[in-house]
Amino acid sequence: MLTLSLVLAAILFAIGVLGVVIRRNAIILFMCVELMLNAANLAFIALSRAVGIEGQVFVFFVISVAAAEAAVGLAIIISIFRHIETVDIKNFNLLRW
Amino acid sequence: MIREILWWIFAAEAVLGALGMVLSRNPVGSLLSLVVTFFGLAAIYVLLGAFFISAIQVIVYAGAIMVLFLFVIMLLNLGHDYHADLRRGVWLVLGGLASGLIGFVLYRAVRTPSLELPSGLTSPLDELVQRQGAVGVIAAPLFRDFSVAFEVTSVLLLVAAIGAVVLAKRRV
Repeated sequence: MLTLSLVLAAILFAIGVLGVVIRRNAIILFMCVELMLNAANLAFIALSRAVGIEGQVFVFFVISVAAAEAAVGLAIIISIFRHIETVDIKNFNLLRW
Repeated sequence: MIREILWWIFAAEAVLGALGMVLSRNPVGSLLSLVVTFFGLAAIYVLLGAFFISAIQVIVYAGAIMVLFLFVIMLLNLGHDYHADLRRGVWLVLGGLASGLIGFVLYRAVRTPSLELPSGLTSPLDELVQRQGAVGVIAAPLFRDFSVAFEVTSVLLLVAAIGAVVLAKRRV
């Protein structure tokens, strides 16, 4: 079950990468990043059964950093939406060359 | 035995939810699929003996963070945005290659025999949880060994809250 959980974490991380590459909606991109963070959390928790409780403490910190990241990232998306009226990243070209 | 069956059920739920999130056209449907994934992961955390993290997963992730996402989708009025925004052609191939490669590398890293893992059905952690309780087992190292990191996390959350207000406000 432990090794299988690590394999599940790898699958979820790969699905998250796939979503980041093929979607263009900025909010869904953010959700895919959250999914990758969750895959990392699953790996931490699975390994904490073998290594020690510190893995679960680390998951605690990862969740709080994810909350901070979601708040700031969504605020950035809102302020971009106010300028160009879309969340489709093909229109985000101010810093692109 | 029953734990393994439940593990497979919740793992399938998590993977199907994740695929639903990536492939759904509607942002709200995408978000609800992600909530399904998070609940499946919370159930798997219970099966792995991480009871407190499982509760945190439901309350903070599926509750707070996902409501924040839903709130932004509603605020920007994207709920009826049904046009497909999937990239086509070379991007699809690139995405499949990238995620396939990363998944394969991680899979190989997990399957390597140098990583000697127990079966996961029994662990010294379970006895610790029995003795100290599900919260105490996290709280003891958190406030003893990681107290500085805990305090810095509170500063991080303060900075994030102020930053979000400053970024999203029209005029400060």
